[in-house]
Amino acid sequence: MDEMFTKSMARNIFYGGTVFFFLLFLALTFDTMGVVPSRDNHENLTPTVIAGKTLWEENNCIGCHTLLGEGAYFAPELGNVYVRFGNSTEAIKGFIKSRPKDGIPGRRSMPQFNFTDEELEQLAQFLKYTSEINTSNWPPNIMG
Amino acid sequence: MEYQSQAVAKYYFTAAIGLFVGQILFGLIIGLQYVVGDFLFPEIPFNVARMVHTNLLIVWLLFGFMGAAYYLIPEEAERELYSPALAILMFWIFLVAGALTILGYLLVPYSTLADLTMNELWPTMGREFLEQPTITKLGIVVVALAFVFNVGMTVLQGRKTVINLVLMIGLVGLAVFFLFAFHNPSDLVQDKFWWWWTVHLWVEGVWELILGSILAFVLIKTTGVDREVIEKWLYIIIAMTLITGIIGTGHHYYWIGTPEYWQWWGSIFSAMEPIPFFMMTVFAFTMVNKRKRDHPNKVAVLWALGTGVMAFLGAGVWGFLHTLAPVNYFTHGTQITAAHGHMAFYGAYVMVVLAIISYAMPIIRGRAANSNKAQVMEMWSFWLMTVSIVFITLFLTAAGILQTWLQRISDTPMTFMAAQDQIAIFYWMREFAGVVFLIGLIVYIMSFFVSEEDEMNA
Ligand code: HEM
Ligand code: HEM
Ligand SMILES: [Fe+2]
Repeated sequence: MDEMFTKSMARNIFYGGTVFFFLLFLALTFDTMGVVPSRDNHENLTPTVIAGKTLWEENNCIGCHTLLGEGAYFAPELGNVYVRFGNSTEAIKGFIKSRPKDGIPGRRSMPQFNFTDEELEQLAQFLKYTSEINTSNWPPNIMG
Repeated sequence: MEYQSQAVAKYYFTAAIGLFVGQILFGLIIGLQYVVGDFLFPEIPFNVARMVHTNLLIVWLLFGFMGAAYYLIPEEAERELYSPALAILMFWIFLVAGALTILGYLLVPYSTLADLTMNELWPTMGREFLEQPTITKLGIVVVALAFVFNVGMTVLQGRKTVINLVLMIGLVGLAVFFLFAFHNPSDLVQDKFWWWWTVHLWVEGVWELILGSILAFVLIKTTGVDREVIEKWLYIIIAMTLITGIIGTGHHYYWIGTPEYWQWWGSIFSAMEPIPFFMMTVFAFTMVNKRKRDHPNKVAVLWALGTGVMAFLGAGVWGFLHTLAPVNYFTHGTQITAAHGHMAFYGAYVMVVLAIISYAMPIIRGRAANSNKAQVMEMWSFWLMTVSIVFITLFLTAAGILQTWLQRISDTPMTFMAAQDQIAIFYWMREFAGVVFLIGLIVYIMSFFVSEEDEMNA
């Protein structure tokens, strides 16, 4: 690199740039925290939904599915499954409940988790809550 | 080897390679499950095997980074490691905790593991890459603190070089941003927002500092180029990394409920993230061209050059491909993401760890470089693994483009599962390329066992 451009100049760009852009990031984060409540559907974050989120986590659903486009790509997007299933929590519960224990021969299958009716309701309510988050019109269509 | 205590790196490197094998075996399992859906079902469901695949990747890379630090920090600081005993103790703690966690994944259902480890006390499990039980996460923090303390004391009491300083900033950053793994709000938008402070600010932030300093060290040693020149490059590369990469986090804030201005901030800044990766490529080639000596360890130089090229392709080019918000709207969470994830992780972090292992292991084993025969074998493994990952990436990219089209763009969109059936051929080809990758890895390991006598006869 050019002789005029010294190591100490490079170092100063590193420290100055990092501090500046990290502070800018913090400012944007601060602003985001102010805007998020108008988009995150938190008013529907009931104890049932929160229990559903815990079930979602403790069964590692994200290990096969995406949720709002993040997760694994082995099984369908679930951020909008409530809408895809005709705005029906019953349909979601019915699907989860009816998974065969030994899977479907030759096909990708979802495990049978043996959830209680209460747990099924919690999960379905969590997925309904998720579908009502303002995601700037993502996914592009109902298929997820 | 200039300092006895550098030898602790050997433990870390050995474990890293062992876990790497496990990672790839589980990669092949989940790759097969993609096309033979009932393979190992219900004994090892996809989500469990995937967790083993990705967590082993992260853990072995961490072993690699720690080994690299234990090797290069004493040499740069010109003194023995502060406490080799602590380094060995932490090695065993990390290895045993890691092994128990993986066994937990495999032996009991995940929800049972959550109950056994009392996830309800402080729920952190069940989020991608951060699936470890909370207790394991705490163990990781303890190991990381002891490690940072150990190498930090070495740096403080020794010669301070830019390489050591940058490596230390990277390692401290790694520990600090891991703390966000403990923050799991019930509000899904918040949860996702902070999750990226660990995941993105690791791979597109502090880990790049670790990458840059390891690469700089290997280049200084193998090319003999003046330290001043290398350090200037290192500073400017990591400056560009953080200037673009911190705000670049915004490329994950397009569709998760966060404000829409992130589509601008994220697109503009992350579009510049390839710059530091490109500089790394130029850096590696320029230094090798300007070399003042021909180091006998040719294969270490090959890995260093390979890191430059493949990190740029995987992170820079494949990252840019889907980072602009209007493109990401269609590709978000498809096989395009998986394609990029594979080449970026391999090109940047796998290769730099293999570069330092390639440079340091012969020296730890008492010779400047391996025999010609062993090096040729290692070069074979370099090409087998690198070409395989290129093909894995190309097949997944093809799958991803078709998936996006069939499922999200076409006038008669298919369901997810119907689209998957249409693109199965690419998953078969990916699996085949994966088998070649495994062969490359086996050749790599075999290269360690080429005896030195062979060289005498050759
Ligand atoms: C060689 C054979 C390999 C095969 C067959 C394979 C297969 C897979 C599969 C099927 C997935 C899950 C995709 C999904 O979520 O649906 C995956 C994820 C992943 N693999 Fe591999 N893999 C291999 C090697 C590697 C290597 C060498 C690396 C790292 C350098 C790697 C890093 C990853 C990462 C980071 C993910 C998560 C990707 C994401 O979330 O986007 N894999 N792999
Ligand atoms: C070595 C550096 C990098 C590594 C190891 C890496 C790895 C990954 C991985 C594993 C994911 C998937 C995360 C998930 O499972 O949700 C991902 C996502 C992503 N990466 Fe990178 N990446 C790197 C650099 C970059 C760069 C430089 C760019 C941009 C130029 C980029 C753009 C993206 C984007 C836009 C996504 C989100 C994809 C989606 O919407 O589904 N990455 N990266
Ligand atoms: Fe990112």
